[in-house]
Amino acid sequence: MYPYISITPEDEQEMLKAIGLASVDELFEDIPEEVRLNRDLDLEESKSELEVRAYLRELANKNCSLDQMTCFLGSGAYDHYIPSVVNHIISRSEFYTSYTPYQPEISQGTLQYIFEYQTLICNLTGMEVSNASLYDGGTAIAEAALMAAAVARKKDVIISKSVRPEARRILKTYAHIQDLNIIEVDIAEGVTDLEKLKSLVNDDTAAVIIQSPNFFGLIEDLEEAAKIAHKGRRTSFIASVDPISLGILKRPGELGADIVVGEGQGMGIPLSFGGPYLGFMAANKDYMRKLPGRIVGQTEDMEGKRSFVLTLTAREQHIRREKATSNICSNQGLNTLAATVYLVTLGKEGLREVALQSTKKAHYAMKKLTESGKYKPLFNKPFFKEFALTSDIEPEVINKKLRDENIIGGYDLGQDYPQYKNAILYAVTEKRTKAEIDRLSSILEGI
Amino acid sequence: MAYDKLIFELSKEGKKAYRLPPLDVDDIDVEELIPEEYLNKEELDLPEVSEVDVIRHYTNLSNKNYGVDTGFYPLGSCTMKYNPKINEDMSRLEGFVNLHPLQGEDCIQGSLQLMYELEKALCEIAGMDRMTLQPAAGAHGELTGLMIIKAYHEKRGDSKRNKIIVPDSAHGTNPATAAMAGYKPIEVKSTDKGIVDVESLKEVIGDGEDIAGLMLTNPNTLGLFEKDIVEIARLIHDAGGLLYYDGANANAILGRARPGDMGFDVVHFNIHKTFSTPHGGGGPGAGPVGVKEHLVEFLPTPMVEKDGDRYYLDYDYPNTIGKVKDFYGHFSILVRAYSYILTMGRDGLKKVAETAVLNANYLLSQLKDDYYLPIDTLYKHEFVLGGLKGDNLEATTLDVAKRLLDYGFHPPTVYFPLIIREALMIEPTETESKQTLDEFAKAMKEIAEEARTNVKLLKEAPHNTIVRRPDEVKAARNPVLKYEG
Repeated sequence: MYPYISITPEDEQEMLKAIGLASVDELFEDIPEEVRLNRDLDLEESKSELEVRAYLRELANKNCSLDQMTCFLGSGAYDHYIPSVVNHIISRSEFYTSYTPYQPEISQGTLQYIFEYQTLICNLTGMEVSNASLYDGGTAIAEAALMAAAVARKKDVIISKSVRPEARRILKTYAHIQDLNIIEVDIAEGVTDLEKLKSLVNDDTAAVIIQSPNFFGLIEDLEEAAKIAHKGRRTSFIASVDPISLGILKRPGELGADIVVGEGQGMGIPLSFGGPYLGFMAANKDYMRKLPGRIVGQTEDMEGKRSFVLTLTAREQHIRREKATSNICSNQGLNTLAATVYLVTLGKEGLREVALQSTKKAHYAMKKLTESGKYKPLFNKPFFKEFALTSDIEPEVINKKLRDENIIGGYDLGQDYPQYKNAILYAVTEKRTKAEIDRLSSILEGI
Repeated sequence: MAYDKLIFELSKEGKKAYRLPPLDVDDIDVEELIPEEYLNKEELDLPEVSEVDVIRHYTNLSNKNYGVDTGFYPLGSCTMKYNPKINEDMSRLEGFVNLHPLQGEDCIQGSLQLMYELEKALCEIAGMDRMTLQPAAGAHGELTGLMIIKAYHEKRGDSKRNKIIVPDSAHGTNPATAAMAGYKPIEVKSTDKGIVDVESLKEVIGDGEDIAGLMLTNPNTLGLFEKDIVEIARLIHDAGGLLYYDGANANAILGRARPGDMGFDVVHFNIHKTFSTPHGGGGPGAGPVGVKEHLVEFLPTPMVEKDGDRYYLDYDYPNTIGKVKDFYGHFSILVRAYSYILTMGRDGLKKVAETAVLNANYLLSQLKDDYYLPIDTLYKHEFVLGGLKGDNLEATTLDVAKRLLDYGFHPPTVYFPLIIREALMIEPTETESKQTLDEFAKAMKEIAEEARTNVKLLKEAPHNTIVRRPDEVKAARNPVLKYEG
């Protein structure tokens, strides 16, 4: 017997009899002989829990987890503090073992937290509608571009080179299948060159995409970029933002964004070697019936009781098939719950405090690390929690040395930007302490 | 105590659910660090609650949910099997969960090894040569797969192929994905036996010059094995197209048959269905995509490779379709899947398929006296009923589903597939006991009896749930999508 299979040999005999068959093999007689697998799979035999645990522990121990290391690496995934309550709530199996809430009567838990999530995302971004989430920040940008192109019936999408390079790569992959033209705007001193943007926007522009804080941690002038974008006809201005930064920075909705997307990993979701994370998408009401993915709405039941249901399903694949606004089926369910619990746990004061501490510690680190002049700021612009430093030493050498000291160093910008060879992007969250920053500084000085 | 609040309605000024250490660096005013024009001057519009409020609120919400751990969840095509607890524990091991995706290769050897071994195992199960673990979900796997098919034709300069064939029984994601990938989906009819009509397929293919490929679920959404698969594969390949396998129903054939051996060129698995990872209320899942040798060059990057005893990320795929997702996929979901594969092994996985099929056919045998069975044959992991048996019954499939809630069961998938009227699509999975199946059958029979003798019970169902038939039309007509206070 296997722990997850509940049929005994005796049951099996009774059940076969009820079906009118003599053996389990007969259950598979409809599979043509020529495609049957007439051998065992080339896998190991089944194992006990203790054996599986021991083996996977062995693999996990081959990694250098952040429990033993101090992390100054960000670049799209951040080591923010996760309150204990988050894991406790998402570990309730009534949440994690349920499926998409198709039966509202027994899914009010899921439906209500998604409704709360949509509210929180709207309030945070200053937008009117939010969907129930997308796979991650990168695909959220791609989905936003496809939506903007569909709304405008145009093919040109302009994106700044200061948008995270991996997100731009995903956009290019998606753009190819829909024949969209991706036009990249250059950067000047680390931020989008708005003069160049001005020269690129025209009546063929479906969307302009800017990230702020951008890949280098610098704050972009979203307001000005939005004005430029709106010179185009029916052009959507898409802002990709770090939700944690909205603890102190102006809400993109007030700066002219039509669609706001972003990576929600910082909101209570562990790094987990890159996933699963959380893509969020919020927009002006005009886009409501064009949004990809699930949306929850409030309604009343037969007795007039407030209740929640999946709504505006006429956009979706299971109703509209090839006319759907996207093929997306799932959302990031459990991770939206994590983000919801995170946001309400930190609340009005807490998110601001996380953002303030991150930015103050990042600014302290920048000052400390550049004090001797050995490492210089790559840019001289306002930043949030990440900053780039340049030096004569190769990033590989620096990061190797830091690793020996149990520190995870920053991101080597030369990988994506040849013009920034020997520049490293450091991230500092509220979790880093003065002692850790000082230690980083002294090790860097010693290299 | 009745619990019916939104978290926003619990907010009270001054409450806190968090505490951070005091700032230990220079406390410089933020206005001196960041120009005022960028700063938000207003208070954040977030609630103020205590930790107790948070826990009690979401615990109460969880009590309004129904999961696989609560009870039987025979939602057809969703494979709502039990989610083993060791998988959860393994995914939360410190070395896996507190790991940054961009750490140096020497820091991530354990994760890379896991991905490498998982890919090998999934390839063996699918009968494919290589597999990308990047796609986030089944639909995302479909999209990735069609991108690969597109890249294959493009590389051959075969630009006329703009159509993807999809059976009329297919999941909505198939035509939606085809359209999203820039193809025109064309439908092929099913026979009255519920499988792809080969003659109709030949007509749809025509001279074949514009056919990019075919998407097929096997067993299909009716729970039937497409027994003409070898002929179907030959027709598509002869026309120059490729075959895409939608792995939604792969649970039925584990260790018994492999899509690769059936002639499929591209395959996706729904990790959250077949490999027991939790559905999470709608996600996150994972949708790895496997390909045969001739398509390996188009896979998304990076792939995990091994050199001696060192694992590394390989970006050297000049013909790659590119990246489809941030980083390397839903890693912590993949850990759960590997934990499951190790636990079940080659013997257990085969037993999974055998028991899933046994359970489905047994349950069917218990229901067909009271419910209409449009196609009476041998099924695989699921079967589709056409509503209640009998003439002039007022009760619909929706009424049956709602009445099942009163009996404490999650209803089956309803009104899908579209080609069966009043469809009730039932997938019990292998993890359910005979006692549970018998209890469910008993409830279904009682409901059938109620439909004949006291239909009001069904029409007004559910009676025992916390809300009753919320008004979906109203929700769509007057959308209220956030709390306005």
